[in-house]
Amino acid sequence: MPARPEFPAGLALDAHKQQATGLPIVELAPPAQVVLALDQGSGSTAQPVVAVGARVAIGTLVARAEDATAAAIHAPIAGIVIAIESRAAAAEGGHGVCIVIEGDGTATLDASIRPVPDLGTLDPAELVHRLRDAGIAGLGGAAFPTATKLAAARASGAQLLLLNGAECEPWICCDDLLMRSSAAEVVLGARILQHALGAARCVIAVEDDKPEAIAALRAALDGWDEAALSVAVVPAVYPQGAERQLVTAVTGSEVPSGSLPAQAGVLCQNVATAAAVARWARDGAPTMARIVTVTGSGVARPCNVRALLGTPLAALIDAAGGYQGKPLRLIAGGSMTGRALASDEVGLTKAMNCILVATSEDLGGSRGRREMPCIRCGDCAAVCPAGLLPQMLHRATLADDLQSMRRLGAHDCIDCGLCDYVCPSQIPLASRFRAARQTLRIADESARRANAAKASYERREQRQRAAAAAEQLALDTVRSRAGQDREAAAGRVGGTD
Amino acid sequence: MRFDTSPAPHIVAGYSVPRVMFQVLLALLPAGIVHLVLFGPGLLLQLAVACVTALLCEALALHWRGRDTTPALKDGSVLVTACLLALSIPPLLPWWLTLFGTALAVLLGKHVFGGLGQNPFNPAMVGYAMMLVSFPAEMTRWPVPLDTPGAGSWAELARLSMASFYGAGADPRFDGYTGATALDSIRSGLDLRYTLPELLGRGEIGGPLGARGFAWLNLAALAGGLYLLARRLVRWHIPVAVLAGLLVPAFLAHALDPGGHLPASMQAFSGATMLAAFFIATDPVSAATSDRGRLWYGAGIGLVTWVIRTWGGYPDGFAFAVLLLNLAVPLIDRYTVPRIYGRDA
Repeated sequence: MPARPEFPAGLALDAHKQQATGLPIVELAPPAQVVLALDQGSGSTAQPVVAVGARVAIGTLVARAEDATAAAIHAPIAGIVIAIESRAAAAEGGHGVCIVIEGDGTATLDASIRPVPDLGTLDPAELVHRLRDAGIAGLGGAAFPTATKLAAARASGAQLLLLNGAECEPWICCDDLLMRSSAAEVVLGARILQHALGAARCVIAVEDDKPEAIAALRAALDGWDEAALSVAVVPAVYPQGAERQLVTAVTGSEVPSGSLPAQAGVLCQNVATAAAVARWARDGAPTMARIVTVTGSGVARPCNVRALLGTPLAALIDAAGGYQGKPLRLIAGGSMTGRALASDEVGLTKAMNCILVATSEDLGGSRGRREMPCIRCGDCAAVCPAGLLPQMLHRATLADDLQSMRRLGAHDCIDCGLCDYVCPSQIPLASRFRAARQTLRIADESARRANAAKASYERREQRQRAAAAAEQLALDTVRSRAGQDREAAAGRVGGTD
Repeated sequence: MRFDTSPAPHIVAGYSVPRVMFQVLLALLPAGIVHLVLFGPGLLLQLAVACVTALLCEALALHWRGRDTTPALKDGSVLVTACLLALSIPPLLPWWLTLFGTALAVLLGKHVFGGLGQNPFNPAMVGYAMMLVSFPAEMTRWPVPLDTPGAGSWAELARLSMASFYGAGADPRFDGYTGATALDSIRSGLDLRYTLPELLGRGEIGGPLGARGFAWLNLAALAGGLYLLARRLVRWHIPVAVLAGLLVPAFLAHALDPGGHLPASMQAFSGATMLAAFFIATDPVSAATSDRGRLWYGAGIGLVTWVIRTWGGYPDGFAFAVLLLNLAVPLIDRYTVPRIYGRDA
């Protein structure tokens, strides 16, 4: 019987992790060509700053973050930009604009890459700025820029840095291997992030099914002040690693609905992100590589690979012994929330913590199952980590009842997919709720536009009324003046009588 | 290499409606066997009529509604309705009455509302209630259970069942083999100013555990219900609440007036208590939806049943209690939405 999670509910899933944890991390040689998607997984695109034909070195900035939700992208190999065009990518629709760099085989470093010597004395605000320039983004799967989160957390005075090493989703084990092999790096990164945040306390949360990682972290933390930096062991229950759920597991308090953990005083960062920060601090290199789990029954030798960003997934699968059996689905991410890709030509992004090559056995017969009516069994509500009633929310979704969708928590759904997983009627609840949120966004947007149009119409009306009134006033003045003149004239006339 | 794409999540737990329904039928097996042993083979005849009628009505209704018939017939839900109805009714009903009740259950209880998942009332109880109010004499005439002192033999019950099935059960030669159920006899006895010890003292109505025949039936249903709980096909809220709603007032009333009120143990092991608590009230479609809502829903069913058993005009009150609480479900659901993570209470 697994331990109960602190948040409303969850489920202990078959972890499938031992497949890939047995082997050490494979260091993959730089590929001949990299395909860098401008959207590295955060859903927002960076702007290219190089043109086709430009010569780039390792670490050259190739795309700049125009807004706060995208992170800068740097060339992971030296060579020439041969294309900036739409290619197969891990994005909505299966395509996205990518920068393609053909390698020249050299290891020329960009001049901007220098160790950061003044790290300890660096002003925290300046440190945040430098992390933004280094393209540091969440390596846990969201690729959200770390600097943006840091800035928000600093603004709200967050006092806790929570490093997420829970890694709750089945199959994924890249963070586990990272913590086992580079615990010191994680701890160094934690110290730097703590400095940038100005937080007194840092907790590294790890699920209890990773004893080696916990031991390695504890060894690396030996000698540190427990109050300032510690490891928290949390039960292995999916979705323990979801930000809100992890905050609750560690602090005991909930993140208010509608606000981010950063606004509630906690900055969450993945352990791999902390390690990336440490690497940047050590040799000044921006994020150009990551560890990724390549696993599933569809590959011969599941393992974890450290590869450069933009490496075609086919090369990663080759590193794991190539395809075997009947691979049915190629999933970027885990089996619960990952994105199914149509092609293995997609380049590795910062968001990809796992490449799951799934066979029908791994999918558990989920293909081609027929949706049946909801029988209100409530199994979905029993596992929902957000405490929702998915069966009621689903009904509101089918009825397009926007008010009920909001009331029943369409926006509080964290898209973990557990309701879908347990549904005996095979209702695609997670997809329906994603669509519901989209419907609500569109409704909000059109309401906003309608309000704006109404306000502008009312302003115009008011302007026109004011203009009319002014005109009337002017007219009245002229008239009354004319009247006075007439009266005066009449007076004069009368006076002469 | 090319792959097919599909939205997350990519794995499923492998539960399915047909599997759930099959497990429910399996859990009904002990009660069915005890029923056959103690009340004769009439149940088999009732089951046959109910199942055939239910499947035919389901297919007909789906055809009329322009729906695909095969998946709905395979999901097993209509068979669960038929089996629950057959287990609830006396095994001596003439075939046409069972046919009538089952057809009403499937057509009026389920399909007029839109079929599986849409019915606000428990279909089996819709059928049962209609049969009870329309044919009260037939619906309260049970064979004398074989564990009663001086009861007939199983072979005699078999002849009685066959005769009744074709509508000749009222023949005077079967008079000694039929009677009212224990709950029924006790209620009419109490109405005639007998006290409970007087009524139970004769040993014909109550055995060591509870009502004759029904005590074993209830034990078997309880065993099946515990199986459903163990397999997590049913969660504990409704059965526990139903039993608490029935037994707590029963215990208090018996403590205050032992001569006029059945003890809680007798309430628990008489009539359809366990069948209703574990199999009928737990129909998720017509039950309240949240855990807290299900506690209220179950407790309401238990309490209304106790009230009907104590002061009502019917021997057992489960059908009416379930239907009444089905009516209250929208209200219960409205006030028992659980607090969403991160929101104020």
